[in-house]
Amino acid sequence: MKFLKFLVIGILFGIMMAKSEIISWYRIQEMFRFQSFHMFGIIGIAVISGIIGVMVIKKFNIKDFNGNPIVFHPKEKSIIRYIVGGTIFGMGWALSGACPGPMVVNIGFGFLSMGIVFLFSILGTYLYGVLRSKLPH
Amino acid sequence: MSEFFTQNWSWWFTGLVISSIMFILLFFGQSFGFSANLRTICAAAGAGKNVSFFNFNWKSQLWNIVFLAGAIIGGTLAGTVLNSNEPIVISPSTVSDLQELGFSSPTGLQPDELFAWKSVATLKGFLILAVGGLFIGFGSRYAGGCTSGHAISGLSSLQIPSLIAVIGFFIGGLLMTHILFPLIF
Repeated sequence: MKFLKFLVIGILFGIMMAKSEIISWYRIQEMFRFQSFHMFGIIGIAVISGIIGVMVIKKFNIKDFNGNPIVFHPKEKSIIRYIVGGTIFGMGWALSGACPGPMVVNIGFGFLSMGIVFLFSILGTYLYGVLRSKLPH
Repeated sequence: MSEFFTQNWSWWFTGLVISSIMFILLFFGQSFGFSANLRTICAAAGAGKNVSFFNFNWKSQLWNIVFLAGAIIGGTLAGTVLNSNEPIVISPSTVSDLQELGFSSPTGLQPDELFAWKSVATLKGFLILAVGGLFIGFGSRYAGGCTSGHAISGLSSLQIPSLIAVIGFFIGGLLMTHILFPLIF
């Protein structure tokens, strides 16, 4: 029962990703060619409203439903892992037109061949785990 | 009334729903980050026996796997009962750029040239999807997050590492689109 709410939020996430066409390869191409405002508008509004909301949470020490303070874990300081990892991710994003969330929404929508992208993204994650100690972080 | 549910969503409404999802997850004591599921799936499959990176209490991440299952269901609803069957409207300059690379005008959300089974059944078509997935999985874990974890959650809490990662996402995306696409397609 405690998982039901996450299922409902996930369903909302899936509907949103599809109805806004974020799951479309064409929309990602428009973005990387700077030929449409659509994706930039979506990310821009999400980040601006996100920043405002986080400031409100911090200012008023808003608690979660268990009464625990909402904490934002600082990500570890580094440059190399973010820039190199991010670049590799971006290449894959532009090629397949889907980041991990939209991949599974595409599968649900009926684009079953996106399952290949999803399976190989699991393999890519596994490869990172294997090579992790040898990579600069 | 039914049009209210089936029409496509505007950019500003979508942006607000994305940050709302982040805040609802925070309220329930979790954080918004989709690619963590890929690590959880590896761990649940037993990868932790040989690779320490996957040796963690993956059951604490089950909520996110349930969220993933919901995302699939949401996609199915959007593709069936909530489907407006409106044609996708892509910028004419993007359509003509893509035509030069051999893509026909968009008829649905995804190009047949990449996702139809007859394309996937060719070596090149298969490799495009496989390499795309491999890079996304490897890159997101190396960078410590994907679009949701860095571009949305990280930037919302003003984290410099996330800004660097998002810059990386764009370096990679621009490199692929403008330098590598003409060589691939």
